[in-house]
Amino acid sequence: MITLAHLLTLSGILFAIAVAGVFLNRKNIILLLMCIELMLLAVNFNFVAFSRFLNDIDGQIFVFFVLTVAAAESAIGLAILVVLFRNRRDINVEALDTLKG
Amino acid sequence: METGFNMANIARAMPEMYLAGAICFVLLVDVFFGEKRRGLTPTLTLLVLAVGAALTLLYANLPGREFLFHGQYVSDPLAVMLKLFGFLVAAIGLLYSRDYLQRRDMNRGEYYVLVLTALLGVFVIVSANSLLTVYIGVELLALSVYAIVAFDRQSGIAAEAAMKYFVLGAMASGVLLYGMSMIYGLTGTLALDELAQMASGTPSLGVTFGLVFIVVAVAFKFGAAPFHMWLPDVYHGAPTAVTTFISTVPQIAYFALAFRLLSFGMSGVAEYWQDMLAIVAVLSLVLGNLVAIAQTNMKRMLAYSTIGNVGFILLGFVAGNLQGHEAALYYTVAYVIMALGSFGVVLLLSRTGFEADELDHFRGLHARDPLAAAVMAILMFSTAGIPPFVGFWAKFNILQALWLDGHVALIIVAAAVSIIGLFYYLRVVKLMYFDAPDGLPAAQSGQGGVRLTLALNALAVVALASCQTCCCSLWRGLSASVSHRLNGSHFPPSSFILVGSVAGWSSLAARRAHNPKVVGSNPTPATNFPGISLGRLLLLPRSSISVPRSLRAFAAVDRYDGPRYECGLRTQ
Repeated sequence: MITLAHLLTLSGILFAIAVAGVFLNRKNIILLLMCIELMLLAVNFNFVAFSRFLNDIDGQIFVFFVLTVAAAESAIGLAILVVLFRNRRDINVEALDTLKG
Repeated sequence: METGFNMANIARAMPEMYLAGAICFVLLVDVFFGEKRRGLTPTLTLLVLAVGAALTLLYANLPGREFLFHGQYVSDPLAVMLKLFGFLVAAIGLLYSRDYLQRRDMNRGEYYVLVLTALLGVFVIVSANSLLTVYIGVELLALSVYAIVAFDRQSGIAAEAAMKYFVLGAMASGVLLYGMSMIYGLTGTLALDELAQMASGTPSLGVTFGLVFIVVAVAFKFGAAPFHMWLPDVYHGAPTAVTTFISTVPQIAYFALAFRLLSFGMSGVAEYWQDMLAIVAVLSLVLGNLVAIAQTNMKRMLAYSTIGNVGFILLGFVAGNLQGHEAALYYTVAYVIMALGSFGVVLLLSRTGFEADELDHFRGLHARDPLAAAVMAILMFSTAGIPPFVGFWAKFNILQALWLDGHVALIIVAAAVSIIGLFYYLRVVKLMYFDAPDGLPAAQSGQGGVRLTLALNALAVVALASCQTCCCSLWRGLSASVSHRLNGSHFPPSSFILVGSVAGWSSLAARRAHNPKVVGSNPTPATNFPGISLGRLLLLPRSSISVPRSLRAFAAVDRYDGPRYECGLRTQ
């Protein structure tokens, strides 16, 4: 029997992997974008699980909005990535060090 | 709360509906005519903002609060006031940045459309009454701002700033959502007013867990330490016109975000998030004011100054009482006006191939451009918190609210860092007035309208401080004359304005002229505060000291009825 605790643990682990990915990744910005997607999906998992166990449809509606916004967010992220690549010919995370102080 | 869907019911959502339509209109006009007539879109945008403010006054400016769209949206006087302020600030910001954008060939329609969508995001946050609406507003604002930071496609540092902002901002949204999902799961509701009742008393472990995530996300959006990493880079890297925008209009939204989400939705567990916010606020105050001293770049220095000021705004929420929220609102309004002017001067001084954003570029500004120097000096004095200006009263109100709530340690920290902060604000004044200009470019001719607006901006900093009573009566009179529905105004509108301003001025003049004892004669709780006796010493008018009380009239923070607002708040 799968309980709410199981689902919450899974989404917690997914969220933790995503956050760790953002901080540990030193190579590629595209990986950062993937981690952010994973983070939002972990949250969606949470919402659906709660919605199922509360018998309340609101959580699932929220998920639709999150999915839509996540798509828009990726679009903006990739657009910024293209601008960055045109200016620098490089998308290494460690190269983002011009601004300091 | 369940209301039918007809025009009369949703008329109070006019600002958002109008703005959404206007964005499409501006976009279409720009696609068809923007290339041929470059000046068309900027002018049209200013027109759109003016009409928006008028429509807000006509349709949304009603007393009391009302829930629309099945409780997703709330319309109240606070929202109307913040929206009108948003229209005004956005319009002035665009006016300042037009010349800058033109000279850098960035005066394209997309910029104006993005500013309008960001403004729509601000409005959605300001009127949010459910976690879903809050999230949609936050994302609408954030996505527009990411794009606008990267707007200068030729600039490497702008792209870098945008990328940093995007990654950290998207992570903050993820954190916000995770907190919201926990809160939703444990209370079973998304509506903020129901949430206030559900989550009260000692929170369960899950609610505390969700609360931590939400507080972190709010602190990140504000740019409070230790979640401030993005802020200096974005302020520095973005084109100055964009910095002007992102340092002003979104601040209104962040105030509303903290107010709706924490002070209202989470009022039942206020003690818990207030302690978290207190740590964040102290860290921002200390870090912002100390690191700003080490900066050589004007935009970066103002960014750290923002972090320090955000600490003050958060302290208002920490105080948690009515005065605290009023003081936070007053501080936000004052800070936005001051930031608008400071970046406006940087924009005015920049020219083709010269950004005027280093501190050294301000050397001998008085000899080159006396008006810009005077405006900048007033704004720096005000932001530093030197008495006659509005920045002092903003800080004073926050400290007073903290005193009423018994946070003596926080007052000492806030006062100490304000004194440290004096150094870097006054350094700008010293550079402008006492250093030689050596070879820096002289004032440009033209831009008369911008200069006039800048002067008015600086005057607003003086005027807001010296006659709040007068300003508030004017404000009330104006809104009454348009809507005819404001409760309690039985006078014809024009006489209301006249009586209000005359009463304001005469009370000011009377108290200034004689009888300094009037200040302390009626013992209110406020008289415990040592600053009152300071005010008596300086023969300051009482109307200036009790600023937030007069602000209450149109902000109506106190109109939140029902026990849920008060439960958990540490009142006197």
